Amino acid sequence: MTNLIDLPGEEYMLPGNRACAGCGLALAYRYILKALDGRAIMCVPASCLTVLGGMYPVSSVRMPWLNVTFPSTAATASGVVAGLKALGRKDVTVVAMAGDGGTVDIGIQALSGAAERNTDLLYICYDNEAYMNTGVQRSSATPKGVKTTTTPVGGKREHKKDMAGIMEAHHLAYIATASPAFPDDLYDKVRKARDMRGTRYIHVYAPCPPGWLFHTKDTVNVGRISVETGAVVLYEIEDGAFRLTGLSKEIADFDELKPLTTYLECQGRFRDLDAATIEELETRVARRWDRYVARDEEADA
Amino acid sequence: MASRMAAAADTEVQIITGNQAMALAAKRCRVQVVAAYPITPQSQVTETLSEYVAAGELDAEYVNVESEHSALSVCIGASSVGARAFTATSANGLAYMCEPLHWAAGARLPIVLGCVNRAMAAPWSVLNDQQDSMSQRDAGWIQIFARNNQEIFDTAVQAFKIAQTVSVPVMVCYDGYLLSHTVMPVDVPSQEAVDTFLPPYTPHTILDPADPRNLNQVTLADPRENEKGVLCHGYMELRYLLEEALEQARDTIIAVDEEYAAAFGRSCGGMLWTYRSEDAEVLLVAAGSLASEASVAVDALRADGCKAGVIGVRAYRPFPKQELIEATAPAARVLVFDKSLSYGNEGPICGDVKAALYGSGSHPAVHGYIAGLGGRDVRAAELAEAVRRDAAKGAVAPTEWINCRI
Repeated sequence: MTNLIDLPGEEYMLPGNRACAGCGLALAYRYILKALDGRAIMCVPASCLTVLGGMYPVSSVRMPWLNVTFPSTAATASGVVAGLKALGRKDVTVVAMAGDGGTVDIGIQALSGAAERNTDLLYICYDNEAYMNTGVQRSSATPKGVKTTTTPVGGKREHKKDMAGIMEAHHLAYIATASPAFPDDLYDKVRKARDMRGTRYIHVYAPCPPGWLFHTKDTVNVGRISVETGAVVLYEIEDGAFRLTGLSKEIADFDELKPLTTYLECQGRFRDLDAATIEELETRVARRWDRYVARDEEADA
Repeated sequence: MASRMAAAADTEVQIITGNQAMALAAKRCRVQVVAAYPITPQSQVTETLSEYVAAGELDAEYVNVESEHSALSVCIGASSVGARAFTATSANGLAYMCEPLHWAAGARLPIVLGCVNRAMAAPWSVLNDQQDSMSQRDAGWIQIFARNNQEIFDTAVQAFKIAQTVSVPVMVCYDGYLLSHTVMPVDVPSQEAVDTFLPPYTPHTILDPADPRNLNQVTLADPRENEKGVLCHGYMELRYLLEEALEQARDTIIAVDEEYAAAFGRSCGGMLWTYRSEDAEVLLVAAGSLASEASVAVDALRADGCKAGVIGVRAYRPFPKQELIEATAPAARVLVFDKSLSYGNEGPICGDVKAALYGSGSHPAVHGYIAGLGGRDVRAAELAEAVRRDAAKGAVAPTEWINCRI
């Protein structure tokens, strides 16, 4: 694994961007751009990332960016791929990057289409588990029980959609989950995906202080706790082979998950959970963890 | 049909459908990226193009997308990096493209779209009227109607040149089934001749890591300074520039049609075409194949001693205001036949004709007619009969529906 001090010093994200203080996406994005070495064209729909990119005529990102319609991220990126191919350009990675709403809700059709065609692009979903840019409305990536502005009483009633699982059903060359709390793991995954061909998918869990209701200094802590408790599991699937990575792998081999309540209590969005919902979430996380560990052991065997 | 002068360039007459004419034009224009989704009656355009690509006759990326929204989005991505992009659709497919239609125009991308005009659901109808493209008239695209298969080919080739001259996407509209599925002889110029006519596409902005640009980003209402202190446009200025480009497109549409005539011996008429209109006391105005049908009606009316003529609306956006004022000058009555409707008002072409003439000094009575919705057949005799009935109407009359049995 790449050591943090070995990461490239070159910065593609400029200071003075419009991300909120403590933004998990901003952290992740910085490492993603380093991993891409600037040799990429970004396709970005309406999202927090659009805001981060700044307003015309200035941009906070030293990258060619194509802002695209909300539902079309993977389709417009497919067009960029097709256009570059038609023009004979082979030196640029096409990266589509959208939030959870732009991926799991309004963008899922275009993404599924691009993945089915095995379009040569890297798709990164940064998942802050609600429509944060428009003011914290629930998405199908919002976990059960979370209070949002559209689930104000009793929290969301449905469980989170397993988008990486849906992408696995497309049989892609590479699928991974990642967290900005573990930039080395994130960097290596983007690096690996960058150098592969066909559709590659990375799901980055991005803690969001104003949406999740925790202090802006705690972004990395919340990200760490999410993995320590199994709320987020770090893994990659390379040509169908499943493997736990980073801290998730260490926990599976040498340790055990911390209680999920540690994660639920470190942020305000779960504040109104009743005991039954907590138990349901705990059961769900534990079962999913067991399945992942079993798949990881199967691969080791 | 347009005048058949001796062709200046090598041509070959092919007996083909309107859809095949459109696909062949895209091939002659060496489109580099094609993305489309099946819909009746458009499907044959993209089937034909995929056959060209599969046979190695067309060196293009063919992207089999999962929706029309994605079809146009693929074209937007491809055009943004400098590839010549083409798509085609009809009716509900065009409606599903509504968002990227606005986006393509706002981003000033020279995409060409073949719109095979079909009625909008509900209820389902796969047959022809022009409600689909009319519903998208305010998306910022140039819209040009073709009246026969030759014009589909010629207009499509011209469309790529117009689009890249003014950096505005162009919709080539032609009637479903009446043209899309009807075979006609089409003079097809050689590849070399079209290559000479149509220069390669160079995008206004290149997406390149060597010179990173952020395209279509959030733009505020008022102008803002860039990092060098230079004041740059706000949203409103960008919209003004798009409108200015549409206005300038009038001259471009006329000039490109003249260049085309010089190269291939055929003109489509520029902004509009006329038939026996010079001394006409009554004029029939329509777009697409309905205007061809009106020409047949005019011959019958003339045989009866009625001085009638036709104005065929070729460019619908930008609208041929000045040309209409001049063409209607001798007429006492103008009958506008729309194959679509702006509900709660009148036919969109009728409303636009009235607006163009208002205050111009030319003020014939303008009467609106709705005809041929959902594939209802419109016969020349019905148009001629409408002209005869119209003589009894006053200066202002309610919109009349032709052959609506209710």
